[in-house]
Amino acid sequence: MSTLLEVQGISVSFDGFRAINNLSFAIGAREMRAVIGPNGAGKTTFMDIVTGKTRPDAGTVRWGELGVSLLSMSEAEIAQAGIGRKFQRPTVFEDQSVWDNLRLSLKKPRGPIAALFDRVSDADRARIAEIAAEIGLSDALDRMAGILSHGQKQWLEIGMLLVQDPRLLLVDEPAAGMTSDERAHTTALLKRLAEHHAVVVVEHDMDFVRRLGCRVTVLHEGSVLAEGSLDHVMADQRVIDVYLGR
Amino acid sequence: MSGTIFTRNRSVSIFITVLTLLAIAVTALSEGYGTGALSVSFTKVLGMTLCLCLAALAMDLVWGYCGILSLGHFAFFGLGGYMIGMWLMTARTEQVVRANLSEAVIPPTEGEITAATASQIFSVVGATDWPWMWAASDSLILSLVLVVAVPGLLALVFGWLAFRSRVTGVYLSILTQAMTLALSLYLFQNDTGLRGNNGLSGLQNIPGLETVGQDRISIWFFWGSALALGLAYIGAAWMVSGKFGNIIRGIRDDEQRVRFLGYRVEIYKLFVFTFTGCLCGIAGALYYPQAGIINPDEIAPIASIYLAVWVAIGGRGRLYGAVIGAAAVSLLSTYFTGGRAPNLDLGLFTIDWVDWWPVLLGLGFVLVTLFAPKGLGGLVDLIIRKDRA
Repeated sequence: MSTLLEVQGISVSFDGFRAINNLSFAIGAREMRAVIGPNGAGKTTFMDIVTGKTRPDAGTVRWGELGVSLLSMSEAEIAQAGIGRKFQRPTVFEDQSVWDNLRLSLKKPRGPIAALFDRVSDADRARIAEIAAEIGLSDALDRMAGILSHGQKQWLEIGMLLVQDPRLLLVDEPAAGMTSDERAHTTALLKRLAEHHAVVVVEHDMDFVRRLGCRVTVLHEGSVLAEGSLDHVMADQRVIDVYLGR
Repeated sequence: MSGTIFTRNRSVSIFITVLTLLAIAVTALSEGYGTGALSVSFTKVLGMTLCLCLAALAMDLVWGYCGILSLGHFAFFGLGGYMIGMWLMTARTEQVVRANLSEAVIPPTEGEITAATASQIFSVVGATDWPWMWAASDSLILSLVLVVAVPGLLALVFGWLAFRSRVTGVYLSILTQAMTLALSLYLFQNDTGLRGNNGLSGLQNIPGLETVGQDRISIWFFWGSALALGLAYIGAAWMVSGKFGNIIRGIRDDEQRVRFLGYRVEIYKLFVFTFTGCLCGIAGALYYPQAGIINPDEIAPIASIYLAVWVAIGGRGRLYGAVIGAAAVSLLSTYFTGGRAPNLDLGLFTIDWVDWWPVLLGLGFVLVTLFAPKGLGGLVDLIIRKDRA
């Protein structure tokens, strides 16, 4: 299995607080991984570093077969390279229709002139229809994103990542605030996505992680505490101490 | 999502129709071409109002759509006026000088005429030489290029510095205020070359059109202003109707999300900021020949704040709202501060509108914010929706 993203020995501190401490992490091209850990373990900071929002003080982040460094790239360049990020709070453009939300996310030239003269091709239409079906919003394309339910907004945001054709999806707490039906739907969606993409899911909810049935990385105080199947890490005494035994 | 901008955005056809009807009505009632019911000075006020509407349209693009609350766009407006003003003043003064010297026994050389023109223009600030910034003032074509290029360049450099450093929100607004204040203070200096607080005057006299009276020139400028506003409206509606519009509205609502979708937010902001700066420059270049005079007071920080107030009262993010707001508030302002409004005698106390207009404006602003949060344009929306239902 080829490595898609390889993070080596990164550290970052904010005002003396070590949010990430010599963290290493790797994920393959078609793998699903759940990242769990107590509050303040560095899960979100880890995502910030991979997506270019935060620069680490030390370490390397390598991407793709060629192993290009992501550290010198801007957020927009990293996104164009194929890393899509879903925020914890559903972040969609509430003032615009579902269709418009998906349209502006389509993988197409990102410059202002290209955007001015952009026309919706048949291929674009087909792609939007395909993704809308995937995320279960085919009937809601004309609706304003703002009036969607919480779960639908989460799916729309995942759909916005998908139309960009990313290779890696970083998904921050997708199940937070969802009903159990919505959770089941989200689990199925993420599992389907992992067939063609690398998916990193940050999650608090152990039941949800169990249903994903993937390898788990446990973070604690900014570094990896344990890694393996959920049963394996849950049997680890250190994991029990810092996380489960609280 | 197909068809022309006229079918995609209904407001465009309505707007162009109203503007055309207005132009026909004003022409038919003008002194130059019609019954004479509208005085020349009022025709000019209407033409100038259209220019202010154009600036408000630009403000709506940059603030209402892209979310950048610029409180400096009137600086671009003023710069456009200065650029065309230099040409107007040079060409006009040169004609006067030539006429004066033509009776001299020895015919003057071109050099003498240029020097005499300079001393005529700059004696008011105690100078006799051409400042460097007047280098293009003898060419109409170059001056017209500068009308767009100078505000555009200032917007480009300022925007590049600000957006690259990710200055947003209230901090950016303060920076834009500082920009317009600095420019205005700079121009107030007598030795900066633009005649200090005297400004440029006599701009209503258009060189080459001496035989045409102001009654006709005022109508020509009205037409020019209406044409510019109409074209800009179509262009702006086209810009915001497609994917570009989706993206800049996305930037307004959630900049971070747009960035993580792979868009370089700074480039888009810079594009909109610079484009609207150029639009304001054009509006200013059409405005000041109708006003006749421009001085640094025109680009005082308060002017840019008024621009934002017009757009807020008119309603953001719908283009026609900005136009309605600018037209309504600036015409009312002309009425109340022009000394025409009769003072209100309350017995113990007399309300003198020249002083009380800002209070009335502030009250209006509060009322609109409270009872029509979407502005006057939002009220128009209600009427249109009722029609459809």
